[in-house]
Amino acid sequence: MAEVIFRTEDITKVYDTGEVKVYALAGVSLELYAGELAVLLGPSGSGKSTLLNILGGLDHVTDGRVWFRDLELTDLNDRGLTRFRRDHVGFVFQFYNLVPSLTAQENVQLVTDVAPDPMPAAEALDLVGLGHRLDHFPSEMSGGEQQRVAIARAIAKRPEVLLCDEPTGALDSKTGVQVLEVLKTINDQFGTTTAVITHNAAIQQMAHRVIQFQDGKINEVHVNETRIAPHEIVW
Amino acid sequence: MQALDKKLFRDFRRLWVQAVAIALVLSCGVALLLTSFGMYQALDDTRAAYYERNRFGDVWLDTRRAPETLLPELRAIEGVYAIEPRVVGAAILDIEGRSESAVGQILSWPEDDDPLLNVPLLRSGAYPAPTSTRDVMVNEPFAEANGFEIGSVFHANLNGQRRELRIVGTALSPEYIYTISPGGMMPDNEGFGIIWMPERAVAAAFDMEGAFNNLSVRITQDASEEEVIDELDRLAEPYGGLGAYGRAQQISDSFVTSEIAQLRGMAMVVPPIFFAIAAFLVSMVMGRIVALERSEIGLLKAIGYSDLEICLHYLLLAGFIAVVGIAIGWGAGTWLARGMAVQYAEFFDFPYLLFRVPGWVYAISGLAALVTTMLGAARAALAAARLAPAIAMQPPAPPRFKRSVIDVAMARLRLSQPTVMILRSFFRWPGRSAMTCLGLGFAVASVVAASFVNDALENIVDVAFYQSNRQDAMLLFTENVPETTIAEVRRLPGVLQAEPQQYLPAILRNGPLEKSLAVEARRPGTDLSRVIGADGEVSTAEPGGMLLSERLASQLHLGIGDTVEVEFLSGRRETHEMVVTGLVEQYFGLGAYADLDYLNQVFRQSPQMSVVNVTLDDNELDALHARLKDIPRLSGLIMMNDTRRSFQDTIRENVVVMNTVYIVIAVLITVGVAYNGARIQLSERARELASLRILGFSRGEVSYVLVGETMLLALVAQPIGWLIGAGIAQAMVGAFSSDIYSMPLILNPDIFSRASLVVLAAALASALIVRRRLDNLNLVSVMKTRE
Repeated sequence: MAEVIFRTEDITKVYDTGEVKVYALAGVSLELYAGELAVLLGPSGSGKSTLLNILGGLDHVTDGRVWFRDLELTDLNDRGLTRFRRDHVGFVFQFYNLVPSLTAQENVQLVTDVAPDPMPAAEALDLVGLGHRLDHFPSEMSGGEQQRVAIARAIAKRPEVLLCDEPTGALDSKTGVQVLEVLKTINDQFGTTTAVITHNAAIQQMAHRVIQFQDGKINEVHVNETRIAPHEIVW
Repeated sequence: MQALDKKLFRDFRRLWVQAVAIALVLSCGVALLLTSFGMYQALDDTRAAYYERNRFGDVWLDTRRAPETLLPELRAIEGVYAIEPRVVGAAILDIEGRSESAVGQILSWPEDDDPLLNVPLLRSGAYPAPTSTRDVMVNEPFAEANGFEIGSVFHANLNGQRRELRIVGTALSPEYIYTISPGGMMPDNEGFGIIWMPERAVAAAFDMEGAFNNLSVRITQDASEEEVIDELDRLAEPYGGLGAYGRAQQISDSFVTSEIAQLRGMAMVVPPIFFAIAAFLVSMVMGRIVALERSEIGLLKAIGYSDLEICLHYLLLAGFIAVVGIAIGWGAGTWLARGMAVQYAEFFDFPYLLFRVPGWVYAISGLAALVTTMLGAARAALAAARLAPAIAMQPPAPPRFKRSVIDVAMARLRLSQPTVMILRSFFRWPGRSAMTCLGLGFAVASVVAASFVNDALENIVDVAFYQSNRQDAMLLFTENVPETTIAEVRRLPGVLQAEPQQYLPAILRNGPLEKSLAVEARRPGTDLSRVIGADGEVSTAEPGGMLLSERLASQLHLGIGDTVEVEFLSGRRETHEMVVTGLVEQYFGLGAYADLDYLNQVFRQSPQMSVVNVTLDDNELDALHARLKDIPRLSGLIMMNDTRRSFQDTIRENVVVMNTVYIVIAVLITVGVAYNGARIQLSERARELASLRILGFSRGEVSYVLVGETMLLALVAQPIGWLIGAGIAQAMVGAFSSDIYSMPLILNPDIFSRASLVVLAAALASALIVRRRLDNLNLVSVMKTRE
């Protein structure tokens, strides 16, 4: 049995807008294992992003407990969570979230400047196939390239986990596949535990495990006996 | 360099126009602080050094004629450190090549040694030899204005004797930093000179052998000036003492003091206004940047940057603005201070100017600018630090608009949608709207305050020189002369009209309060020199009554109907009680007025006078001056037309400079506020405005939303600015008022309209510059941008 990286115990997240209470997560217990590539599927508002934010230390639970290995995240204050993110987690977002005033290399350096044991920014960009675009600004790159810069930025710190929120959501299928290829390569090559949120069901075929969300709860978890390569995925 | 630092530099480069607009406002504050503090320091240091090195007196005393045997008694007064007796006289001067007569103040130069007090600083040549009867030393500005060199000669009418005097030296004196003739209103270096002449010669000319008529006193550090003055007055009383006075009443020193006080006041009041506006602008711009970079902030936090690092990042961005503002301010301030120092050197006769802006003034101004900028940025930077990462990654909730009374009103008015957008944005962010209006209001106020000074001075000139004093010249006599002398004056060439007037040195008392001044006595119905109140009406002192200027009355706590005790210091030196019959608002001096005939009657004397006011035929001026130079007992001549011209020239010069400076300041503030405001609006509304364009609105209609809001804010700012401006004007009236002059609070409507015009034009120009960006808006890309 692989080592457990993340463990959540009956976590809930309630957004209180004053008039109504919205349950973003309504009791989720889950384990993520070292080296696995998990896909979190589900419709909008089913709680996937909220869970990812909590796992990544971006958000707090309303109730329940979360562990990263032996470290209980729900015990940490903001400073502790910042430390945790800095040292262990890589993020990839749907809208890339690159800093427009920084070049590809400098966007990656944002991470290498603060991470304890980073790889050189150029190496990270090489890994995502952008070794030749180091000095380009986001506005000079396509969406797919921007997302690959975002991935390079996420992996440059050699994170133990990579959390991707709709990484292909803003991309067409061809560039989306390129991005998925990169994610798979990272997962295979470094054994980085990778969680990918998507509501594109086709992507689930490349995962080790698929976790289905519905109304703030896990609906179903299934293990793919046979995975397919990203280039075989079509949508 | 770290990637975050690179972002900082590039962000700054991207924002440079906005940053510079703010930095310029900030730099105004820094420059003014530097200039006013620097000049204040320079004047204060220079004066202190000059007074100390040249042993400026503390107390002065004028008498008619006191014997030298009184000196040991005067020296023995407790608290007296040193005394310097002098003979002081006035003389009409005849200068070759100058048709008008000039006036000289003759000061005796001690025979046995150099002066103990008020030591003149030799500028060229030598001190006059004690035994010489024609060698004199003159003040340097007088020599320069008349083109005198060492060895030049001129003639003087010394107590009726025409004498040739030769210049052997020029000097400057701490007593005459601001050189103004007795009775004069403006410095006139060509027409008024200080003449140091050997004691023996002066005493002989003025019949003062073994006597003196002026005394300078230096007191010990722990002495009470008041007690020394009382004692001096007591001892001098039998010898025609005219009332001892301290530095506060020494004309030159009181002018320098009021200038120094003004500079200090300016340093305290004006720069903070600029700092506050800059802080507001920084807060507005940084707030917007943080809003725009919301997702980037989320990202930085997701990556692992701490709250502190993010907070510092935005503070540093504001810090850059401060650094630019401080650099410009220091540069401009140093330049301006130097320029002002030169101006002061011209205006005041200092032998040197210890000009240095101390390091601490640079430090303080820089620190003040930095701190206010940081305070302005603090809210936005803290908001950035506090932003929860998970929330930052999501698009911000759209701003909440609620229906209110205003919306109901707008619906009733059936306003167009763009107008509704403008109004709703105005009311949606009331704090921001209010601050913007306040900022623009200060711009308006700056022009109002500058224009007010202009109008106030014009009014002073009008009342003082055209309504009150309508004479062409004043002839001043050394002492009271019989009024019959006026017949002689009337016979002088060119004299059309002549009226007598009398100046009587006196002390006015009300209980423990007292004030030394000269009571002006004239006849009712006098035409050339009149007392005009602020209401423009002529006031006349009734027999037995006294008219007082409001300032004097309030200093003595007197009102109409009160009795004032008047101790006359000339003639029989009698004390009489007089009733205050009226108060007049006046701009020059502390006036006290009485009826000439009544005073002659009380003094039981034939009619006397000390001044004749005349109107002149311009064609005969040369002939008149030629004769005046030979009239005995004439001690001075004030050509009112020259005074009027010189006063108006000075005012015009100052007003042009001041108006230009304040209009530039107003434009800088307006551009700073309006340009940044419009840029922020554009940034917030890019999607909205692009949507309108896509929906088919024309460029003009869309521009209307942008320009309209800026102009709405500018319009609302006008009355606020008028009020602030009027407040500043009122404060200035208070600050500028001294015993020498005061300023009327005159606020003509055109002051306000001019201020509004300047600010509205600058606001419109700023909005139009931003509007050009609207033309370049790429509709498709804007619509694609994630909120």
